[in-house]
Amino acid sequence: MKTIPATAFAILFLSLAVPPPALAEGGLKSLRGDRPIGEESLQPAFTKWQHDSKPIARQFIQQPPVIPHSIEGYTINKKFNKCLTCHSWANYKKAGATKVSLTHFTNRDGVELANIAARRYFCTQCHVPQLDVDPLVPNAFQPVELLNGQR
Amino acid sequence: MPESGQERKTKTGRSALAAILAVGFFAGIIFWGGFNTAMELTNTEAFCISCHEMRDNVYREYQNTIHYSNRSGVRATCPDCHVPREWVHKVARKIRATNELYHKLMGTINTPGKFEAKRLQMARNVWRTMKKTDSRECRNCHDYASMDYVKQERRAMIQHDQGLESGQTCIDCHKGIAHELPAMYEVDPSAAIGP
Repeated sequence: MKTIPATAFAILFLSLAVPPPALAEGGLKSLRGDRPIGEESLQPAFTKWQHDSKPIARQFIQQPPVIPHSIEGYTINKKFNKCLTCHSWANYKKAGATKVSLTHFTNRDGVELANIAARRYFCTQCHVPQLDVDPLVPNAFQPVELLNGQR
Repeated sequence: MPESGQERKTKTGRSALAAILAVGFFAGIIFWGGFNTAMELTNTEAFCISCHEMRDNVYREYQNTIHYSNRSGVRATCPDCHVPREWVHKVARKIRATNELYHKLMGTINTPGKFEAKRLQMARNVWRTMKKTDSRECRNCHDYASMDYVKQERRAMIQHDQGLESGQTCIDCHKGIAHELPAMYEVDPSAAIGP
């Protein structure tokens, strides 16, 4: 009975001593391509933010709406939030922007607040700008029936 | 024919006057040229960031912005935005800068903490001036008359069109484009986390 762990250890030791050929020579396909581990991965092509557009439709009900414009140089920190200079309830009408959802004024204890809740303050944690790039992995996601207009 | 004393005196007086005028003329050129050269020297980026208050704070922040690095390679340096181009306004600004020299001596903003504490006040000073001059320094490069809204992005086009109609000036919207903004809760409580 005691020989089984010993054999297992021996196999483990041998497998560590000789690296699998796929790792050593490349050829193992991962998200970073099939470059050998010792070499730097290829730099992806430069892509630009998509041009400004009208609001982009959601793909599922709970999806945080994506940002239909560039946010380059926009600061969000403790002192200031660039997004809210257009999207806050005080500014959205003048800016012609979508206003922040009412759900963002509740703190984690369920208390309703007069200003945006700290946990909802950092917009880009959920809302992201768009780039026109090929997905890294195949994706056949379809919007829910309610949103894609097929009934 | 011997010259009379009167005539000789007049002649000496004339040549003395001519000499004084000549010396004055050239001294004037040298003085004026020197003055202008010295003033232009204080209008260089190298001069601005020779003081650590500028170099370690606002200059570093500006290096992350579009006025420092952009697609077309045109750079606006400190004096392009902060010193008027017209002579009278330029000298007036230079005279007002003596107040900044005083605060440099007093060390009013000589640590990051002190700088941050004064940031809102200093930013408001610049915003007030720009509002008063209708963003004159911006318009040295960004001229409304030569701006084609149609070629701008959708949001910019709409906002610029509205801005022009309602008599707004650049700084009304474009705050904090070259430096970090101060804590903005006082300015717009809806766009910042409370104190």
